[in-house]
Amino acid sequence: MEEKVKSIAPDEQQEYVVNMGPQHPSTHGVLRLVVSLKGEIVKNIEPHIGYIHRGIEKMCESITYPQIIHLTDRMDYLSAHINNEAVCLNVEKALQIDIPDRIKVIRTIMSELTRIQSHQLWWASFGMDLGGLTCFFYGLRDREKILDIFEETCGGRMLVSYNCPGGVMYDIHPNFQKRVKEFIKYFRKILPEYDQLLSGNVIFHERSKGIGKLSLEDAISYGITGPSGRASGFSCDVRKHEPYSAYDRITFKEILFTEGDTFSRYTARIDEMWESMNIIEQLIDNIPEGPFAVKMKPIIKLPEGEYYQRVETARGELGVYIISDGNKNPYRVKFRSPNFVNLSVLNHIAKGFKIADLVAIGGSLDLVIPDIDR
Amino acid sequence: MDKIQLGEFIKSIDKDLEIKEGNQYIEVAVPPSKLYLLAKELRDNNKAQFDFLFCLSGVDWGQDIGVVYHLRSTIHNHSIVLKTRTSDREFPHFDSVSDIWKTADFHEREAFDLLGIRFTNHPDLRRLFLDNSWGYPLRKDYVDDINIVSK
Repeated sequence: MEEKVKSIAPDEQQEYVVNMGPQHPSTHGVLRLVVSLKGEIVKNIEPHIGYIHRGIEKMCESITYPQIIHLTDRMDYLSAHINNEAVCLNVEKALQIDIPDRIKVIRTIMSELTRIQSHQLWWASFGMDLGGLTCFFYGLRDREKILDIFEETCGGRMLVSYNCPGGVMYDIHPNFQKRVKEFIKYFRKILPEYDQLLSGNVIFHERSKGIGKLSLEDAISYGITGPSGRASGFSCDVRKHEPYSAYDRITFKEILFTEGDTFSRYTARIDEMWESMNIIEQLIDNIPEGPFAVKMKPIIKLPEGEYYQRVETARGELGVYIISDGNKNPYRVKFRSPNFVNLSVLNHIAKGFKIADLVAIGGSLDLVIPDIDR
Repeated sequence: MDKIQLGEFIKSIDKDLEIKEGNQYIEVAVPPSKLYLLAKELRDNNKAQFDFLFCLSGVDWGQDIGVVYHLRSTIHNHSIVLKTRTSDREFPHFDSVSDIWKTADFHEREAFDLLGIRFTNHPDLRRLFLDNSWGYPLRKDYVDDINIVSK
C-alpha cells in the first residue's frame, strides 16, 4: 500500500500539464495551448489549432475572384481592408490592369487607417491582458472614431469589403478627408497619453523588458514578420521592399529595433501608429481626381499561370498565391497568413519563462485566431 | 542577383535541373531526391543565402502532387521558387526542410493535414486543423457529400 502511494505522489521532476484555452481571455479567440509546467516555469507549449477552421482555401476553389475578397475579410478581421487589397492586387497584376492614382491613394489611406485601428485594439487588449483595464477603454474609444470613418465610406465597420478588382466599391464620402484630418489631429494629441498610461509604467517595464527574446537569426528562420519581426531587427516591411499601391511615392521609415523582447514588440507597434499617421498626412490632402474603379469584365478569368502577391498587414506579411488554370475560379489558392507563422515561434520564445509571462508574450505577438485557422 | 543570374547560378549547382522563368520569380523544378541538398545549398551558399522561406504550399496538380517553396534572401533581396512533385498519390513523401528553415515545421504540418503529403524527418508530423478521421480536403479527388454541397 505504501509503495503505491509513493508511486503516484507528485514527483519534483514531473511536469504538470495545463490547458490554456480554447476559451481563455488572453488567447483572444479559440486557441488552445497545452502548456507543460514545472512549478511556474513553462517547459513546453503545444498549440492546438483548428477550432474555427472553415476551409477558406477549399472554398476559394469553387467561387469567383470577386467573391474571394469577401472571404479574406474573415481571416484577419482586424486588417480586413489590407487582406482585400492583397487579392485585388494579385488579380490586377494577373490581368495587367493599370490602376489610376486615385484608387492607389485611397487604398493606401484606408490601409493605414486599418493599421492604426488594429494597433489600437491590440494596445487595448494587451494592456488588459497585463492587468491595466483602463487601456481597454482608451483604445476602444479611439478606435471607434476610425470605425465611424469606415462606416461612412464603406458601409461596413470592421469587415469593410471595400476593395474590388479594378478599384474600390464606391467613391469616398464627401466628409472623408475632413474626418480623417480631424482624427489625425485628435490622435496626435491622444497617443502620448498611451505612453503615459502604459509605456512608462514601472510594472509594465518589469513584465515586458527582457521577456520572450527572439534573436534576428531565429526571426528570419521562423519567418516572423510584421512589428514582431522588426522588433528583432528583421527588415521585413513589404511596403519598403516591394512597394505596392502608393507606398512608392511617400516617405516613411521602417521601424526597427534590435532587442527582440516583449517591450520592443510593444514599442514597434506604438511607433508604427505614428508612422501610419505620417503616411496618411502625406496623402490625404492630395487625393488625385479620377475614377474610383476601372471597368472590369463581368466575369473575371485570370490567364493560366501562377501569381503571388505580398502585402504588409498589421501583423506581418500576407502572401496570396493563386494558381489559375484559366477558369473563372482559381485552381488553388494559398494564403500565407502572418499569424499562422508567428504562432509557430511561441514555443521557442516562451520556454523558460513563467506562465504569467506567456500571456505577455502571446499578447505581444498579437495573434488573431481566424487568420491562423483560415 | 537578377533572374538570369539566378538561373545560371542554379545551373552551376546542378545542370540537370529544369529552370523556367515565371512572370514574377524564377522557377526551378526539382526532383524529390535532390530537394533537400539543393535547399541546403541555396541557404548556405554565400552568393544565394536564401534564408527566408516565406511560403510553402502543397499543390494537387491532378496527376501529380507536389510542394512549392517560395524563398527569399534577406541579404541579397532576390527570390526563387522551388517546385517538386511526385506521381505517387497513395503515399506522396518528400524530405522535410524544417531543419533548414524552422518556419517549415508548421507549413509542412498544414500540407500534411490538407493534402496528405508526408515529410520524412519532420520532428512532429501530426494533423493540424482537422482530426485523423478526415480525408485530405485540398486534394482534387476529395469527396465530402455531407459537408460540401456541390452544384
